[in-house]
Amino acid sequence: MSKAYVTKSPWVVHYDGSSCNGCDIEVLACLMPMYDVERFGIINCGNPKHADVFLVTGTVNEQNKDVVKQIYEQMPEPKVVVAIGICACSGGIFKDCYNVLGGVDQVIPVDAYVPGCAARPEAIIDAVVTGLGILQAKRDAMVEAIDAPAAIEAPAAPAAASAPSAVKYPPIFTMAEIKVNAELYKK
Amino acid sequence: MGKRTIVPFGPQHPVLPEPLHLDLVLEDETVVDVIPSIGYIHRGLEKLCETKDYNQMVYVIERICGICSFGHGWGASAAIEGAMGVEIPERAEYLRTILHELSRVHSHLLWLGLMADAFGFESLFNHCWRVRETVLDLFEKNTGGRVIFSICKPGGMRKDISNENLKEMVEVLNGLKAEIKEITDVFINDASVKNRMTGVGVLTKEEAVELCAVGPTVRGSGVAQDLRLAGDHGVYHELGFEPVVEEAGDCMARTIVRIRELLQSIELIEKAVAKIPDGPVDCKVPKTVDGEFATRLEQPRGEAFYYAKGAGSKFLKRMRVRTPTNINIPALVKMLGGSDLADVPILALTIDPCISCTER
Repeated sequence: MSKAYVTKSPWVVHYDGSSCNGCDIEVLACLMPMYDVERFGIINCGNPKHADVFLVTGTVNEQNKDVVKQIYEQMPEPKVVVAIGICACSGGIFKDCYNVLGGVDQVIPVDAYVPGCAARPEAIIDAVVTGLGILQAKRDAMVEAIDAPAAIEAPAAPAAASAPSAVKYPPIFTMAEIKVNAELYKK
Repeated sequence: MGKRTIVPFGPQHPVLPEPLHLDLVLEDETVVDVIPSIGYIHRGLEKLCETKDYNQMVYVIERICGICSFGHGWGASAAIEGAMGVEIPERAEYLRTILHELSRVHSHLLWLGLMADAFGFESLFNHCWRVRETVLDLFEKNTGGRVIFSICKPGGMRKDISNENLKEMVEVLNGLKAEIKEITDVFINDASVKNRMTGVGVLTKEEAVELCAVGPTVRGSGVAQDLRLAGDHGVYHELGFEPVVEEAGDCMARTIVRIRELLQSIELIEKAVAKIPDGPVDCKVPKTVDGEFATRLEQPRGEAFYYAKGAGSKFLKRMRVRTPTNINIPALVKMLGGSDLADVPILALTIDPCISCTER
């Protein structure tokens, strides 16, 4: 996993929880010539398995919470979730509605929050950039967890011995799996 | 003839930022039946309105949809004014008309962009949204918000827009005309765009009437139905408004309707700014709402219906909104029957769906 691949061209996937479209069109406006985040390598892709950053707008409710969870679970590690707009942060004006569970953090862990109704494109870009720092930290933690035991136990592990570089470019694991693997290596 | 397969479309789909869900029943590559399902975005706004007083309620109603938010604020305010029996000052009517038409310009440019994206014309998408940013700047300068304005209230407008700002608005919009023409010429004349849209998703005049289609969907099928003509709200009758009608009933016709409306809206704004009288922009309203009132308004997507019933206090007993996409879904299902799977994205977009409006 090269450093450049994650931090220089983070791909985003967008899902509209139950927002009023205000934040959605501002997310799209970020990608358009006026704000043009594509110049930083940020591309909006429709496939969760291609994405590093998950942009969620709007609140969660009974029907869409599974959709939000599924998209989140399909994304490879490391990943960052950005809640866009006050509805996604806390429920906002819709907090008291009967069909609203609250902010997105009721369902999935959120790394960055963007307040505002509708959130301004500048704020959205700022949050994504903040998210990239978190993404980098998560990636470092992953690499550390993989590298540290492998460096000590490298001769004992046959796969690592035959191709040491393979350890640095592992298939994508979840953080929990990596921790379990690290424990196994120590034994 | 192959066996039938069901392909789900949405709720998370790259072509539409909103969670529209369709179950497409396919025979080989042909769509034979469509089962639309909604509910991913339902919040229960109408119930929330009952717990807010009539001034706060407009903020909630505006958040039905972030694209036609001004129209929703206007419709709800007009329904409450009707229930109160209040007539708002003329300048406020003019300002509402101007901002509503400006919303239409932004909404149609947004739709043209999404449509271009649906048939894979990425650069055209970008150009539409680039031009739209200028319109958003006008909104920001005059109302303070880019998508949600909160400038409409029962009894008029929260603040005035100076005549200098209005004149500047017209100048900026007239400056945009050349760019808009350059973009819309691609839609109308480009061979690859024509290939995708001409003769696709035909809705005949009879079908459109029978399925109660509204807005550009019905006007693209040759029916001159436009509530701006009725003159319940705004000052359209003073501006010499004529509805835009196209006969063909396919995706191209609906696109041309929107393109012509885009330019028409700019002209309407120009005429309204030339005629706008001086005076107050709001009037005194009663502290309580009693009685009931129903009214209709032509949104960028079609006819929207608003009903308000007072409870003898500052709270409403009931606020009901019926939105255009809701009414256009039967027409969408009709268009999708018999179409190719590859045409589904452009057909889903051709009614200009706003799921957030539909489910509220």
